[in-house]
Amino acid sequence: MRRIGVFVCWCGTNIGATVDLETVMEKARQMPGVVFAGDNKYMCSEIGQTLIRDTIVQERLDRVVVASCSPRMHELTFRKTAAAAGLNPYLVEIANIREHCSWVHKDKAEATQKAISLVRTAVAKAARNKPLQADQFAVTHRALVIGAGIAGIQAALDIGETGFEVDLVERTPSIGGRMAQLDKTFPTLDCSACILTPKMVDVAVHPKINLYTYSEIEAVEGYVGNFEVTLRQKARSIDKEKCTGCGICYEKCPSKVDGEFEEGMSKRKAIYVPFPQAVPNVPVIDRENCRWFTKEKCGVCKKVCPADAVDFEQSDQLIKQKYGAIVVATGFDLVDLDEFGEFGYGKHPDIITSMEFERLVNASGPTGGKLLRPSNQEPPRNVVFIHCVGSRDKSRGKPYCSKICCMYTAKHAILLKEKYPKSQAYVFYIDVRTAGKEFEEFHRRAVEEYGAAYLRGIVGKVFPSGDKLLVNGVDTLSNQTVELEADLVVLATAITPRRDAAALGRMLGIGTDGHNYFVEAHPKLRPVESHTAGIFLAGTCQGPRDIPETVAQAGGAAAKAIALLSKETLLSDPCVSNVNESLCTGCLACLPVCPYKAISEKTITEKVHGQERRRLVAEINNALCQGCGACSTACRPGAMNLLGFTNEQLLAEVDAICL
Amino acid sequence: MSVVEEHHLFEPMIVAFCCNWCSYAGADLAGTGRMSYPANVRIVRVPCSSRVSPNFILRAFQRGADAVVVAGCHPGDCHYVSGNYHARRRFSALRRFLEFVGIETERFEIHWISASEGNKFAAIMKDVTDKIRVLGPNRKLRDVR
Amino acid sequence: MKITTAQLNGELKAEIAQISGEHVADCYQCGKCSAACPVNEYMDILPHQVLRLLQLGMTEKVLESKTIWVCAACFTCAGRCPRDVDLAVVMEALRAVLLRKREGSRLKGEEMPALLRKGMPEQGIVSGFRKYTK
Repeated sequence: MRRIGVFVCWCGTNIGATVDLETVMEKARQMPGVVFAGDNKYMCSEIGQTLIRDTIVQERLDRVVVASCSPRMHELTFRKTAAAAGLNPYLVEIANIREHCSWVHKDKAEATQKAISLVRTAVAKAARNKPLQADQFAVTHRALVIGAGIAGIQAALDIGETGFEVDLVERTPSIGGRMAQLDKTFPTLDCSACILTPKMVDVAVHPKINLYTYSEIEAVEGYVGNFEVTLRQKARSIDKEKCTGCGICYEKCPSKVDGEFEEGMSKRKAIYVPFPQAVPNVPVIDRENCRWFTKEKCGVCKKVCPADAVDFEQSDQLIKQKYGAIVVATGFDLVDLDEFGEFGYGKHPDIITSMEFERLVNASGPTGGKLLRPSNQEPPRNVVFIHCVGSRDKSRGKPYCSKICCMYTAKHAILLKEKYPKSQAYVFYIDVRTAGKEFEEFHRRAVEEYGAAYLRGIVGKVFPSGDKLLVNGVDTLSNQTVELEADLVVLATAITPRRDAAALGRMLGIGTDGHNYFVEAHPKLRPVESHTAGIFLAGTCQGPRDIPETVAQAGGAAAKAIALLSKETLLSDPCVSNVNESLCTGCLACLPVCPYKAISEKTITEKVHGQERRRLVAEINNALCQGCGACSTACRPGAMNLLGFTNEQLLAEVDAICL
Repeated sequence: MSVVEEHHLFEPMIVAFCCNWCSYAGADLAGTGRMSYPANVRIVRVPCSSRVSPNFILRAFQRGADAVVVAGCHPGDCHYVSGNYHARRRFSALRRFLEFVGIETERFEIHWISASEGNKFAAIMKDVTDKIRVLGPNRKLRDVR
Repeated sequence: MKITTAQLNGELKAEIAQISGEHVADCYQCGKCSAACPVNEYMDILPHQVLRLLQLGMTEKVLESKTIWVCAACFTCAGRCPRDVDLAVVMEALRAVLLRKREGSRLKGEEMPALLRKGMPEQGIVSGFRKYTK
């Protein structure tokens, strides 16, 4: 016979006011196997835990049921309590009489009846609990950071500083990300490159950071502490060791294509460095546009290279590496504006996105920092800025607020006025959102000192008229429609996660929301962790945010990764599937339902009537199994059983409920 | 006693299998938000909706449950990648089986309830209870005891 | 301007919601409908104001306006609305409320051949039916 102890928590008045706990205890004492029932005002307090520990020893309890709040809240607490008294922690069960009972039912008699039933169910399950042992496994002391924008750079530096090896993987030929494209930053107007490039150099020279640019994630396997990742380092066609970064190759290259870094505002060569401060400062050959690779002629770069670094024969390298922790920092894209025909983007060169505006005012941009109209290279006089293009738009765009547009548009209005004192900025807005340190002051400065005309309304149509653009809008404060002649129209385009974020999420086994932002483990309390242990999130891949927030989050993600990497071993969850080989028929119906490839087949030899026989059975890899139980359900002979949630335990629960 | 009165007095027993990551957390949230629903519902915590074997559901009906609800993460959001898809397939087959043996299909429901949908959890539980109150007790498959 | 709770939740507002099937509370007054409207210059109140007045329950004010009759029922506002509020349908509901209360349909089928002969564009007749029949 079992010796089960039932501990009932009042949770102050949270449970005690709605459930008659005296009756619950009285009934509990009559349940099969129960030898003790006691209560405490707060079972999770030191006094409550002492009661549990002492009773386990005094009453020689072999199972413990705590009737309290949700197991998601305090299961771990009470497991530790039991362990401290020498009881296997997995012999503890929780009856959730707060969230599932006292808080949702008002009638005391009903709630008491239900609480008794919940305790009975937990007792029935506990009676069938088995002691389980958690395995220890070693942690690989190396981190992977995916994406080398400001978030990835910061995370890599923070992890590298503690002495752990970090691999920083970047898809494009250079690190720097979106921040490298920006001109100035709000609300301080310090130059983006001036604060970013030193960090990029730090990354390049850091002894613990290994840079993989022009590389992508090919496959991810494994689990927390032991991820096994395959990287594809794409062929640069340049020998990095030999290249001196002199730049003769791209001066001489005859093929020109739209430059991605310049948002298509200027041309780059087929062999190129994306921008002057690129790290590493090694060119790359864009094979799709290179004459050597498309037409098998030219080869000028190879001829002129003084270091003989050009190597047309290079091929993609697959690199396999083990990591203890992964930080995902893949950043953002802009929404596609094809759906928004009324703004005329793409139909006229003077209708541009804010990102393009950043390049036009940037000293290293296509115009050398002179803000000129793309159509005729003349200074603009009237510039119309339109907020919320694709943001807060549930019919054609994204329903969420992109968060940064109000502030960078104020910045653009200020930069415009500083460059051309006679110019005029018009800003069409729906709401101006300036929640942030010095943000409101900055916005007011744009209005009061720099004379930006803010019009509360949105634009219905933009169309060319002569060499100008006609803008039809509205000002809903004066209830007047507005017609404006503009030289330049700037669209504050909504941000979205990178187009292939969902695919990467699937590879990593981390969830994405309806807009493909990666989902944090808890919106308030675990904002930098993903649902998958050992994978952390930083920057705009998790939601729209500005630079300081991104840096803070990257630091947080790095701290979490460091805490994980500094452990020598981790404990595995022992609630994994278990095969009863004598029942297993080797049908392997379990194999295809396992999402973690934790099941394999193995051949066992057994003696039947004195004869040796070999047969096939399923085998579980405990380290890979995450304990979902899909295999236990799929198993026809009932050989597969998920420990902690066995068939016997769950059936006992059902029986106890329906008693 | 009229049929209506009998139904009115009848308090159904409803067993809900909730996955730990979404629906059980959703039920917790219903508690945290004090969203009341009928006390007829008893929740069994499972790691994933794919852990719920048709056996458990049949056993519940056999032991006298008047309705069974299986709740899991929304399709695509499964904590274990694909568990709820297995559950969905499995239970669409089970539903037809239950119909075949004469159990009203209203007595077996599958729902996708995320960890943030406490109000949805409470609403579904209320809805199921109301429906079963009208439908009356489950007499099929029930053990003679 | 005085706002009362009774006015905010008026019967007429509910009737318009029922006829149109549109949820005016979804509108956040960006003004895109007004900016995009091809006939806005002939209106006494702008399209976004129609929604605002409806949100505040000032239904009478909207029913008195010229705007609901100036509306060309071209659906540009509906196509551009970021909040999925079909203002063209709301306008139609407003006209229907008046037409049902007053004289009934203003446009009759038998008048069509004559109108067409006068060179009335077919699109005009279609939107005319939308506007002037109950």
